[in-house]
Amino acid sequence: MSKREETIQHFSGLFKENSSRIEKGSSGLINSFRKEAMDQFRELGIPDRKNEAYKYINLDPWFNTKYKSYFVPEEADFMAASDFRCEVVELESYNKILLNGFSPKDNGTIEGLPEGIWVGSLAEASERFPDIVEKHYARYARNGKDGLIPLNTALASDGMFVHVKKGVSLSKPIQVINLVHSDTDMFVQHRNLIVVEDNAELPMIVCDHALSPQKFLTNAVTEIYVGENARLDMLRVQNEHNNAAKLTHTFIHQERNSNAVSNNITLHGGMVRNSTYHRLNGEGAECNAYGLYLADRWQHVDNFVSIDHAYPNCLSNQLFKGVLDDYATGAFNGRILVNEGAQKTLAYQKNNNILLTDDARMDTKPQLEIYADDVKCSHGATVGQLDEEAMFYLKSRGINKTEARLMLMFGFAHEVIANIKTEALRQRIDELVLQRLRGELSRCANCSLDCDK
Amino acid sequence: MEKEQDKILNEVTSGEYKYGFYTDIDNESIPKGLSEDVIRVISAKKEEPEWMLEFRLKAYEAWKKKKMPEWAHLKIPEINYQDIVYYSAPRQKAKLDSLDEVDPELLETFEKLGIPLEEQKRLTGVAVDAVMDSVSVKTTFQENLAEMGIIFCSFSEAVREHPDLVKKYMGSVVPYTDNYFAALNSAVFSDGSFCYIPKGVKCPMELSTYFRINAANTGQFERTLIVAEDDSYVSYLEGCTAPQRDENQLHAAIVEIVAEKNAEVKYSTVQNWYPGNKEGKGGVYNFVTKRGICRGDNAKISWAQVETGSAITWKYPSCILKGDNSSGEFYSVAVTNNHQQADTGTKMMHIGKNTRSIIVSKGISAGLSQNSYRGLVKVLKNASNARNFSQCDSLLLGDKCGAHTFPYVEVGNQTSVVEHEATTSKIGEDQIFYCNQRGISTEDAIGLIVNGYAKEVLNKLPMEFAVEAQKLLQISLEGSVG
Repeated sequence: MSKREETIQHFSGLFKENSSRIEKGSSGLINSFRKEAMDQFRELGIPDRKNEAYKYINLDPWFNTKYKSYFVPEEADFMAASDFRCEVVELESYNKILLNGFSPKDNGTIEGLPEGIWVGSLAEASERFPDIVEKHYARYARNGKDGLIPLNTALASDGMFVHVKKGVSLSKPIQVINLVHSDTDMFVQHRNLIVVEDNAELPMIVCDHALSPQKFLTNAVTEIYVGENARLDMLRVQNEHNNAAKLTHTFIHQERNSNAVSNNITLHGGMVRNSTYHRLNGEGAECNAYGLYLADRWQHVDNFVSIDHAYPNCLSNQLFKGVLDDYATGAFNGRILVNEGAQKTLAYQKNNNILLTDDARMDTKPQLEIYADDVKCSHGATVGQLDEEAMFYLKSRGINKTEARLMLMFGFAHEVIANIKTEALRQRIDELVLQRLRGELSRCANCSLDCDK
Repeated sequence: MEKEQDKILNEVTSGEYKYGFYTDIDNESIPKGLSEDVIRVISAKKEEPEWMLEFRLKAYEAWKKKKMPEWAHLKIPEINYQDIVYYSAPRQKAKLDSLDEVDPELLETFEKLGIPLEEQKRLTGVAVDAVMDSVSVKTTFQENLAEMGIIFCSFSEAVREHPDLVKKYMGSVVPYTDNYFAALNSAVFSDGSFCYIPKGVKCPMELSTYFRINAANTGQFERTLIVAEDDSYVSYLEGCTAPQRDENQLHAAIVEIVAEKNAEVKYSTVQNWYPGNKEGKGGVYNFVTKRGICRGDNAKISWAQVETGSAITWKYPSCILKGDNSSGEFYSVAVTNNHQQADTGTKMMHIGKNTRSIIVSKGISAGLSQNSYRGLVKVLKNASNARNFSQCDSLLLGDKCGAHTFPYVEVGNQTSVVEHEATTSKIGEDQIFYCNQRGISTEDAIGLIVNGYAKEVLNKLPMEFAVEAQKLLQISLEGSVG
């Protein structure tokens, strides 16, 4: 049996053995998708390098490991986890914890949360709001070539559910603190659903952290619906350790005149793969996809973006930047698809990278697929080093080489950070990035886990 | 206004393929189909030595194990490889000593194509090797070139006369295991051109090959091998046409270029195979593997191509920059109209230090066509100070065509700089209005704008090619702007 079949067998075996356990926590609606999804997974398997979208990433070492736990009991220790405080100290936000892919079942309440917003467990929500969940669940997460998505649909038990009613807006962002913590190696699958109804507005932050040094693999699918004239601002900060792998698939479905921003800041993580899909499903929709990745040692950061222009008069903009040090590898895979009839489309894409060593490596693949003529599309990608003239300028003004280098790198990274709207958060990310570039990222420098050693 | 533009566009685009004639020449063909025996027959007909036959058979074995590549952005109808004639040659006397002995019909064909085959046309200063249905018909200026030590002859002649050179270089850049079509070509190739420039020689004239598929149901599989020794220079031109037929014809060629220390090779192509009619019927399937290697330091290989023909084009002229300070260039204009599909681009492999490459690709799509750029720039770990700049622009004429860009950039060296940029747009109404206002008709304005758009590449072509290319651009796009 080939490795590939072995993995498929492994997961389908897990699915069979644990089906009662997986299904117990979820509603019939969510369970009804599982069987078909598993069949689809058996066909597709775990994507390998032959899959164009996974050409530059090797998932094998992560999927060939046998994890001790796949399905954590619902009663995880939320109390202990709630002691965890995110590094963004001054940030005012509505907090909610997601531990090992599970959310506490507390009827979606957060103190002070305005009327019309519900934030909590997807499993709970699917019982309470079957109409809403049925309308959106498993509707947008579609990619016929990626086996990880049906795998998630088949196995995920819980995740975050956010619902913002028509016309409701928030002054402070919702912050989801996404933690993994376990005594054994663990494979986590969770599923998020976010529904922002017409004319509503949702600022949201997701922070990914690993609390223990065990080997973690997360495969998360997030489906987001942004209604007419609605706005979404989604920021994800990833700061895990070198033994953690994170695979995220975010599907953002945008209706007419909606505006969505997705921003992935990857500071740390053994292997990170962010797939972001924006579907512009109505005239006048606008989306911005940003990403910043700073990788060193043996880390791998992979960003995949797909923008689907289905209607005329939409605008999309992508900006992804990365700095790669040591033996780190990075990949960017961006695709703009302008469908037939999507006239007057404006689509831009930019990917800039800096390599700091000869062992670091960057692969970038910006793509345009255009089937309409009255469009303006452009993409640009560069891989290079810091501008020597700029270095000279700084040095000639008495700034030493190390400091000058740092300043330039920081300036390079700041272009992405500048798009963060919440000021406290922007400042904090700036600090984190600066520390990261100095090579003393708080997480690893002060951490007692010693996961690298 | 809009309507009138459409009308003009229609008129312009309906320009017919002017090379679509068929010459009634007595052909010598073998039966359809591909098998080991067929390969033996081809080899025997060409009176090849044993090692050549072995090479072919090994390639055939490799081909049988390979699958048709599916990664290109093309819809390729299934090709029945047993339904193709793999060898067809104009029947002629065993050896030709002067032009008078060439079949007059054949001469007429080349006359129609405007090839200066006759040596009297020496003024044009182009040495031509004309290949018709896979067999090299006549090579001009051979003697003059020989005086300088330059070998320019048909591939079969090279196999007979210069076996050492052929053995040394054939398959060294494109091995027969390279890909599906390279394996097929290596197994059944019938002829092609061979060119050898000795040390320190600058070839005084442009060398040129003209390819033509004439017989029906025939595949053309030619092979070109260019070797430029230290400090030499050569500029090479390639042109191709085919008669208009309802069936599809297959063309799978290999071009190999070897550039040693300080050598420079320029390779220019104007590809104008029959593109099929307006309903997408017929046309040539063009699957070509072209690759050059800069083996020595400071070597340079430059590809320039104008692609206007073929129903399907699958072609990626590439450069392997192995020597330090070597450089590669790729300039391309690809035009697709009606039902044509093109997936073309380049590969630049930076291996040596201080290697440089530039890619300029201009795609123009009209009608119902699909036009893709696919390119790879790869910088290996030790290629310090490698530099690449790529620019891929697409121009869309009409709302039913597609323009796509699939660049791959892989960098593993910190001192290298790689830049890629691409844009897609259409001809602005304001631009046309500007021209109209100054008394230039819409049709001329479109021609003007398209030519301006492609100028950067056309400038890289040798003079007489540039003129032809410009005309071709106009014909290919006739009536396509709306």
